[in-house]
Amino acid sequence: MKDAHAYSHYRDTVIGAIVDLAAEHPEIVFLDADLSSCIGSTAFQKAYPDRFFNCGIAEANMTGVAAGLASTGLVPFIHSFGCFASRRDYDQLFISVGYTHQTVHVIGSDPGITAQYNGGTHMPFEDIALMRQIPSMVIVEPSDAQSLYELTQQIYFNGKSSYIRTPRKGINFRYTTEDRIELGKGIELRDGQDVAIIATGVLMVDAALEAERLLSEKGIKATVVDLHTIRPLDTELIEKVASRCGRVLVCENGRYAGGVGEMIAAHLAAVSPVKMGFLNVGERFGEVGNLKYLALAFGFTPENVAAKAEGLLAR
Amino acid sequence: MDRSMLDALKDRAFEIRCSTIREIAAFGSGHIGGSMSIVEILAYLYYKEMDTDPQDPKKESRDRLVVSKGHAGPAVYATLASKGFFPQEWLKTLNQGGTRLPSHCDMTKTPGVDFTGGSLGQGFSAAVGIALGQRIRKLGARTFTIIGDGESQEGQIWEAAEAAGAWKLDNLFAFLDLNGLQLDGYTKDIIPQIHIPERWASFGWDVQEIDGHDFEAIDAAIEKAKGVKGMPHMIILDTIKSYGYIPGEGIKGNHSMPITPEGAEEAIKALSEREGRA
Repeated sequence: MKDAHAYSHYRDTVIGAIVDLAAEHPEIVFLDADLSSCIGSTAFQKAYPDRFFNCGIAEANMTGVAAGLASTGLVPFIHSFGCFASRRDYDQLFISVGYTHQTVHVIGSDPGITAQYNGGTHMPFEDIALMRQIPSMVIVEPSDAQSLYELTQQIYFNGKSSYIRTPRKGINFRYTTEDRIELGKGIELRDGQDVAIIATGVLMVDAALEAERLLSEKGIKATVVDLHTIRPLDTELIEKVASRCGRVLVCENGRYAGGVGEMIAAHLAAVSPVKMGFLNVGERFGEVGNLKYLALAFGFTPENVAAKAEGLLAR
Repeated sequence: MDRSMLDALKDRAFEIRCSTIREIAAFGSGHIGGSMSIVEILAYLYYKEMDTDPQDPKKESRDRLVVSKGHAGPAVYATLASKGFFPQEWLKTLNQGGTRLPSHCDMTKTPGVDFTGGSLGQGFSAAVGIALGQRIRKLGARTFTIIGDGESQEGQIWEAAEAAGAWKLDNLFAFLDLNGLQLDGYTKDIIPQIHIPERWASFGWDVQEIDGHDFEAIDAAIEKAKGVKGMPHMIILDTIKSYGYIPGEGIKGNHSMPITPEGAEEAIKALSEREGRA
């Protein structure tokens, strides 16, 4: 497995994973909607100019074209910012891709508040909820470059349509090539007994790990799960940590309605209810700002994660 | 096109019309208007132009048809059944629970349906993708697609049109069923479609406009289009909505109509007389 240290941003990593796959899989094609220089799919274009198509600012058509390409035996990856890759082309994803059983892989970049300076119009808070409505659609939100690289390749071999939620800029390395990263299997990063913090994505997994340290200073032992695959839900791991801790806090960079917290709450309510807490964007729309400002504004900080966990313990 | 081919196509069109009317009558109502208006182009494509194999409907190198105005399913099914893609008996199951012939064309249900239509505008983008895929994969095949004039109010049609023009998809042959009616009434009274040939030409398409019920005109237009390289082809079909189901011809409210089995036989008799077949 390739070491993702070869890359300097998440965008290079996700595109690199596809470019590497495309070398051995001539059926892979890439479509972008005038954001190829933002995600770096220009690297795919350079490597495979005959298999890259810039569809212009027309996401609905891009998605429909991808479905048509898929029906001829090709495997399209398509990209836009997460807001457009989910909301703007939703009926096309639902009917032309989902209902027809075509396989198309969607990269929705800059999830939640990571859209930063593009502001409220560009912040996808509801993309997870939308993708969940499409039967068999896989949803991943990796929390580091290595898992982003590996999961991007795994969703291709999985064969079902998928939605990859990833920031474009920045990079971190939580995992190495030695770690087992498996689609559909969350990763237990800490295994404390008092409260389970289940987090998705870079921002929330980082906050959860730091919160775990803050909590440990107060003698509170937390479990931390990196739930990199949102769908299918790793119910086995969720039941295990819920059973161990009896309290579960779900942290996601998106909206509660239809999101990860609601998925987990619904599952645990059906099998073995526990006390739960949720950290998400609530009823707010997005707004402009840098990530530090936005994380404070939305409460996506280690301190707030820790406070939520403590509040849950007090209930 | 010689006389015997012309006569054969006319016979096929008559047969497809009769099957479509009876198919809808078996259920009691259905999308008669937009089905009947495209019968000539369906008959021409399946009986003269397209390379398809009813015994191998998923053959990769086949020519494909995307009926983006998916509510014309009844006419598509009548045509596919006549070609032998599935038994004629299936036509009696239109829209019944568990049927393989749903109201709108569905590639997951019906042998011979190359892409799903129904959410208007979407089939057209898929057709562009299919034509592009045929080119990338060097399949040497063509994509045919039928859109509606009401459907052309969808923005997605024009997104797809500009992409096909930009990509110079000369293996894409589109037909616009210009029947002048949509569900709520005459298109001219709702959102009029004006400067239609000019619009398509401005998107980089090779454009012709013909009588959509005239096989010789269809034949000449397709042959001419095949000689034009480097552009996708739009053949605008001037048609009459419900053409051949005389009680509904050209009238408001013919998008979907109730038809009884007795009414179907009366309508077929009337059509037969008008065509001099009685």
